[in-house]
Amino acid sequence: MGKEQTGTEEHIVSYSTYAYVWLALLVLLGATIAAARIEFSRYSVLINLLIATVKALLVVVFFMHMKYEKRFLRGLLIMSLLTLGSIIALTFSDVWYR
Amino acid sequence: MGDSEIHKDRMAAKYGIWFFLFTEILFFGGMFLLYSIFRYRNAGAFHIAAAQEDLLLGSINTAVLLTSSFFIASAISAVKRGNNRLAILLQGLTVLLGAVFLVIKYFEWMEKIVRGIYPNSPVLLKLSSGEVLFFGLYYVMTGIHGLHVFIGITVISFMIYFTATGNITRKDYAKLENTGLYWHFVDIVWIYLFPLFYLIT
Repeated sequence: MGKEQTGTEEHIVSYSTYAYVWLALLVLLGATIAAARIEFSRYSVLINLLIATVKALLVVVFFMHMKYEKRFLRGLLIMSLLTLGSIIALTFSDVWYR
Repeated sequence: MGDSEIHKDRMAAKYGIWFFLFTEILFFGGMFLLYSIFRYRNAGAFHIAAAQEDLLLGSINTAVLLTSSFFIASAISAVKRGNNRLAILLQGLTVLLGAVFLVIKYFEWMEKIVRGIYPNSPVLLKLSSGEVLFFGLYYVMTGIHGLHVFIGITVISFMIYFTATGNITRKDYAKLENTGLYWHFVDIVWIYLFPLFYLIT
């Protein structure tokens, strides 16, 4: 967090860390297919989107190095996601009560 | 080239690619929003239409892209350790998997087109409007995603050349890092496309 390095030295993520993340992603892929086949009916969509979000988070945090980035860049990412979130929320508030 | 006088700001380069990705988030986000509203209004038709999707091919393609992301991430670690040879191999594997993804996508599209399911086709226009919307969104969203994969493959191919010729080194790897970020983003888009088009039957 408080690291203020701007030189060429940077955190090198080990191959094994990436391999674990990759394995976790494949396990989650299996889980999402299983969840869709077991017929949760109402909740299966929600569960699948939750699993997709966990997968996306793993990719962003580890593969895209967000874990090692400065707070500023993390804040920018959250801001852009909140922008998308508010566009979706505002549109749905219109669609639902029409 | 290789002149230590040239000032390069890796941080600025990284912020640049992230700003571009923010616009991409909103670009794809708009299409996901369109999908959600049409899905909300045509839930039944979307379920029927999604049954036409090949779950096995979709699952394989998801695994292919996740693995390619693992390879390009590792390629960056390899470059940072000065192991350009391994980095070239890993980038080559990423390009290969990207091509595999597009070939599978081609067969999926062709299988539908042969059965007469393509935008504005006579077969499709006989179906309910919900199903027409589903396949319209399917072709647009997987098509634009596929275009992104193709662009990614092209850019990574250039990175392989740069890594081989010593343009990308352990001291100067911003190009490769940014290409990786773009590739991971394309992977994340597919992570959401997969459940929305293949897993709602």
